[in-house]
This record gives sequence, structure tokens and C-alpha cells, in this order.
Amino acid sequence: MAKKFRSKKAVEHGTNAAIYIILTIISVVWLFPFVYLVLQSLRGESGIVGYFLPHEWTFDNYIKLFTDNSRFHFLKWYGTTLAISVAVTVIQTTIVLITSYALSRLRFKMRKPLMNLMLVLGMFPGFMSMTAVYFILKLIGLTQDMGLVGLILVYVASSCMGYYICKGFFDTIPKSLDEAARIDGANRQTVFFKIILPLAKPIIIYTILTAFMAPWGEFMFASLIMNGNEQYFNVAVGLKEMLTRENIDKYFTQFCAASVVISIPITVLFFCLQRYYVQGVTGGSVKG
Amino acid sequence: MTQTVVSELDYLKMTAWQKFCYKFVSFFKGIPLLFLNFFKVTIPNAAKKVGLGFKNFGLTIYSAARYGDWKTRMSFLVFGFSQFARKQWLRGLLFLAIEVVFILYMSLFGWQYLGMLGTLGTKETYYYENAMGFEVRVAGDNSLLILLYGLLTIIFILAIVYAWYHSIKSAYNTQQYEEARQRLATAKDDVKSFADEQYHKTLLAVPLLGLTVFTILPIIFMIFVAFTNYDKAHYPDEKLFTWIGFDNFSSVLGGGLSNGVSFGLTFGKLLLWTVVWAFFATFTNYILGIIVALLINKKGIRLKKLWRTVLVMTIAVPQFISLLLMSQMLSDTGVINNILQSWHITNKAIPFLSNGKLAKVTVILVNIWVGIPYTMLISTGILMNIPEDLYESARIDGAGPVKAFFKITLPYMLHVTAPYLITQFIGNLNNFNIIYLLTGGNPSLPMGYAPTAGETDLLITWLYKIIFQEQSYGLASVISILMFVLTAVVSLIVYNRSSAVKNEEDFM
Repeated sequence: MAKKFRSKKAVEHGTNAAIYIILTIISVVWLFPFVYLVLQSLRGESGIVGYFLPHEWTFDNYIKLFTDNSRFHFLKWYGTTLAISVAVTVIQTTIVLITSYALSRLRFKMRKPLMNLMLVLGMFPGFMSMTAVYFILKLIGLTQDMGLVGLILVYVASSCMGYYICKGFFDTIPKSLDEAARIDGANRQTVFFKIILPLAKPIIIYTILTAFMAPWGEFMFASLIMNGNEQYFNVAVGLKEMLTRENIDKYFTQFCAASVVISIPITVLFFCLQRYYVQGVTGGSVKG
Repeated sequence: MTQTVVSELDYLKMTAWQKFCYKFVSFFKGIPLLFLNFFKVTIPNAAKKVGLGFKNFGLTIYSAARYGDWKTRMSFLVFGFSQFARKQWLRGLLFLAIEVVFILYMSLFGWQYLGMLGTLGTKETYYYENAMGFEVRVAGDNSLLILLYGLLTIIFILAIVYAWYHSIKSAYNTQQYEEARQRLATAKDDVKSFADEQYHKTLLAVPLLGLTVFTILPIIFMIFVAFTNYDKAHYPDEKLFTWIGFDNFSSVLGGGLSNGVSFGLTFGKLLLWTVVWAFFATFTNYILGIIVALLINKKGIRLKKLWRTVLVMTIAVPQFISLLLMSQMLSDTGVINNILQSWHITNKAIPFLSNGKLAKVTVILVNIWVGIPYTMLISTGILMNIPEDLYESARIDGAGPVKAFFKITLPYMLHVTAPYLITQFIGNLNNFNIIYLLTGGNPSLPMGYAPTAGETDLLITWLYKIIFQEQSYGLASVISILMFVLTAVVSLIVYNRSSAVKNEEDFM
């Protein structure tokens, strides 16, 4: 009996060891690109090289990124993107919250058709409408110098289509709370501000997080609206510019440095709020 | 699932895995029925509703004209007149403002484009040399702006008809209240109701305005472009483009050759790859993600948080960075090939991204790298909900971990995360980023296919190239309409069915 017990334990140890090995391999594979990125950003030799460890270590790439504005205005791009991100976050979160409340709690004739419409509209390839969007912005006068405002407008204009997850969350808040408040004389606006919003903290943070992260990687509309106006590039467009055929040899290491600088704050933010992110995704897209 | 071939009892007898398969099959079997329903029920119902709407419209206008007093009748011409006359100044002001804006818009801007919608412009831009010998450009009509602003004007007109109807309806209703000697709603009441009974209007006004201008109008525009010859040879504002009917549709769907290139064939090939890609991309991520989550969550494994953190890095770092980097690393001269060669594992560079077949595999593998962390995060919480005694009894019955995974874990997960899986699949059909940043659609396809398309191109990345390299907007619009119909049909079916799934009995 004792022997059998021991062998069972040995098997258990064996599986655990195997799992550790697998997890280690996975970690290596998953971290490899990021380690590579950091190493390249610390490399002294320019150009793209085939080896992994730099021959000459340096911080120059980072320093140049912020001080050398002869070709690229990284600091400015960073500021622009941050500004866009903050503005988009505020407006988009507001729009998503009010749309979700209206669709979740209020009953009106067009509710169902509206929800279906928004669902279907989201399936149209976004960039197909880019030309039209550009000329609409031009009509309102939001291209060129006002391009930044135009860009923000484009990002937030259709954000009500992202109601799905947030509405799913609101649906889980018991209706009896609303009813109790309404019996006490609260109107629908008060219910929204006093009852629903205080209970919706996880989903608000989730919405903020996703809204904040999106503009950092968006380059389709950004490159169209900021066309050629390098001062007002966002980081994605700017970084892509660093990797064009004529620039890549000279600026690849700086590209890596820039990527690290961009990734760090977003990564930190993400890890701090990861819990809410998981709650948001699972709450909205999973029936649990 | 009532259109059963299997009886309820048989269904209950099935194992979870069989139930899933059964549902899977019956789902596809149900699709024709759904189409039938769509044509037999949904369309007639919608038509009936629209008809009813028109009837109400006519009736209201008629009775307001027939029985309305002079105040109401004045509202036909001056929006909000009756409201002003009955001291509902807030409503009156709103209606009047709408009318003023409309008149200004039409007189200053709208009317000129409306008239040209039929031809999309007649005067072409031309150049001539003036007396001084300089070339002078005389700008002609811009077909693009005519189409876009013409559509905007039509939307505006529809909106104004709607507002006009509401102005009259409200005037007539108020008149009836007045005749019945009831208290009329004052401006104060109106303000109050916008925070209560009509709160949805307050909330949705701005979001829907943005949606209309920046999503609906552009989409309508692109749909109309599909019926024009808007391409490189007819590029505004130098050249005019015009209506050509269904020619674009026949060149995409017909499969005929033009310049030795078949658009139809290319479309078919890419459509096939798109579906294959979406299937593999979705399910590899899903199953492997669950397995990784299981490994991390297994009892006795330490440093759970560390493993999770490592994986989640891919979500946190902006995707365009990691994908651009990956495409560098995997290129023929990239770091991975170099390492493999210097360790003498291979002597020639492996064409990860430059060989058609291998590139397809690479793309799916990289997608696994991108996607596993999401599935892992989502499934971690759900996996903990699976009752431990299920596994316990499976173990007693002699089932190994593999069997337990396929008999317990996977069916449970599939049941709970069906909506997530569906959205993933639809998202993958249009997964632009990963293909565009990783391979750019390359390597190119053999002769006979459209030269813009590459082996790894999804329909959506091909579309992007057609627009930005070829400027064939007409053709691109047709393709996007087809894609749109495809995804919209799939997802509407799926969503409408998943509400049925929602009401189903719970797992076990």
C-alpha cells in the first residue's frame, strides 16, 4: 500500500516537472520577441543584424530619440498620441456608458432595430469608408491644422457601436434596484447617475482601459488625416515611418527604443487594471 | 432546438460531447430554414411595419390638415408655429431651429449637389495655355463630392420630413388636448420629460448623430460607389466618374478575364483562404489557450502569477509593435533564421514568410502567440467553476487527463463561451492587423490571379491594397459589399440563434 502511494506521488511529481518544462518553454517563446526588442534598443551598431546579443551596449538610442529632432519628432508624437488617447478615453467612455444604459434600461420603440443596426454596421470594413470620412471632415474644416480634432472625432464618432460588453454588464444589475429608486421618486436620469454608475466600476475601468489603449496602435485613419504632416503623427504612424525601406537601416534600433518607451506605460497600466479587464471581457462576452 | 430529428429523451441521454456535435450539425441544418423564415416572415413583417408607418404618417397629416385650427395649419409652413402660439416655447424653438438650419443648408450648399446626382458631373477639368504661355487649370465637377454631398443632402431631406411630421403631430395633439381642456405641457414639463420618459432621446442624440455622419453616410456612399466606374482612370477631381450599373459586380462574380487576370478567381481563392484562416485561427487559439490555462491552474504548480504575467505581456504591448517586430525576426535574413543557421540546425534560411504554404502556417502560429493569452485569461475564471467532483468521478472511472479534457473540460467551456467563440470567428474573418503587419499579404500569387493579391491575403487586406495601390474604388466596394453580406448573414444567424442558446437548459 505504502509503495503504491509513493509511486502515485512519483507520477504526480513527474507530471508537475513536465508541466514546468512546458511552461518554461512557453515563457521563453512568449518573451523572446520582447527580450529581443529590449536588446536591440540597447545596441550600438546600426542597421539590422542577425545576431541576438549586441556587440556594443549603449543608451544612445533612447537619448537620441528624445533629443535628436533632425529627422523624427518622437517626443511630439508621444505628446500627440497621449493627448488623443486622453480625449478619446473621456468621450468614448461617456458615449459607451450612456448608450449602454439607454439600451439596457430604457424601453423605446426603436431599441431592438437600433441594436441590430449597430451590430451589422460594425461588420462593414472600416477603411472602406475612409475616403468619405476624409471629405466629411474636410467639409467641416477639420483636416490640416485642425486634423487632431478631426482624428479624435473620427475615433469617437461611432463608439456607440461598442455598447455590447457594457450593456451586458448593465443587464446583470438587478432591475429591482431601479424600481425601488423609482418608487422613491427618482427619475431615469437619477437612476443612471445614482444607482447604475456607482455599481458599474469594473466595466467603467474596462471601457477606459480599452479606449485608452486603442489610439496607440491605430495608423490607418491617423496616416490618412495627418497625411504628410509629420509634426502631428501619432506614434504608430511615426514608428511605421521609421521602418520604411529608406529609413530602416539607420533607425531600426531607435524604432526598438521607441517601442520600449511606448510599451512601458501601457503595460504598467494594463497590469494594474488587469483584474477589471478580465471581468469586463468575461462579463460581457461569456454567458456565465 | 425544437426542430429535432432526435427526440427530447434521446437528446438528454447524449453525452455532453455528443450534445455539442448535435448542436453543431443542427445549427448548419437550420440555416436554410432560417433563410426561409427570413423571406417568409422577417421581410413581410418589416414591410408591414413600414406600411403601417406610412399609413400613420398619411393619417396624421390628413387629419391635421382637415381638422386642425389655424395655429396647427400654420405649422405646415412654419415649424413650431402652433407650439409658440400655445406657449410651448421650448418645443417651438427646437422645431423652428431645425427648419432654419435646413433652409440655410439647402440654399447655401445642398441644392447644387442634388441636381447633379444623376450624372455625377458633366464638366471635366481641363487645361489651356493663356496668352502669357502659362498653363491654366479650369476645375470641373468633382464626382466624388457630388455623390457624397448629394447623399448627405438626401439624408438631410429625409430628416426634415421626419421633423416636419413630428412638428405637425405634436401641434395637432396639443390642439386636441386644448379642446379637451386638459393642461398643456409647458417648457418645464418638457425639460423634465427629457430626463425621464424621453431620457433615451437625450442620451442617444449625440451618439446617433456621430454614427449617422461618420458610419452610416460613408457606408451608403461606398455602396453607391459600387455602381460607378470610380478607379484610377476616372479619379476625381481631374476626371469624372459616372454610373455603370452592375458591371463591377459581374467582373467580380462572373470570373471573366480582363488583361489575363480573373478577379472572380482571385476572389474565390481568397475567400476560401479567409474562411480556412478564420477557422484555424479561432480554434487553435481556443483549444491551446484552454490547455495553457489548465496547466497554469493545475494544483501544485507554483508561480502561477508569473506564468500568467509572461503571457499577458502580448496583450499589453501594442499589437503593431509586436507584429512589426515579428515580421522582422521571421524574415529570411532575420534573427531566427540566423540563430538556426549558426547553431547548424538548418543550412539554408527557412522561408517563414516568403513561401506561400509556409507563410500561411507561420501566420497561424503567430496568431497563436497573439491569441492564447486572451483565451487563457478568459477561461481561467470559468475553469474554476467546473465542479471538482466531476473530475474526481472521472478519475475513479479510470479516465486519464486527456479523456477528462475532451469529455468534461471542453464541452463545458464550449457551452459557456459560445458567444465569445462566435465573436472571435467573425473577428478573424476580418483580421486586418495580423496579416497586414506580418506579411503584407505576400508572397504573390501565380499568374492569372489579380496581381494585387498575395498568398496570405485575406479579403480584407486585399481590399486595402485594391484601394490604396490601384485606387479601384468601384471594384473594392463590390468586394466589401460581398464580404459585408457574408459576415452580416453569418453573425445575424448566429446571434439570433445564440439567444435561443441562452434560454436553454444549463450544462448538466
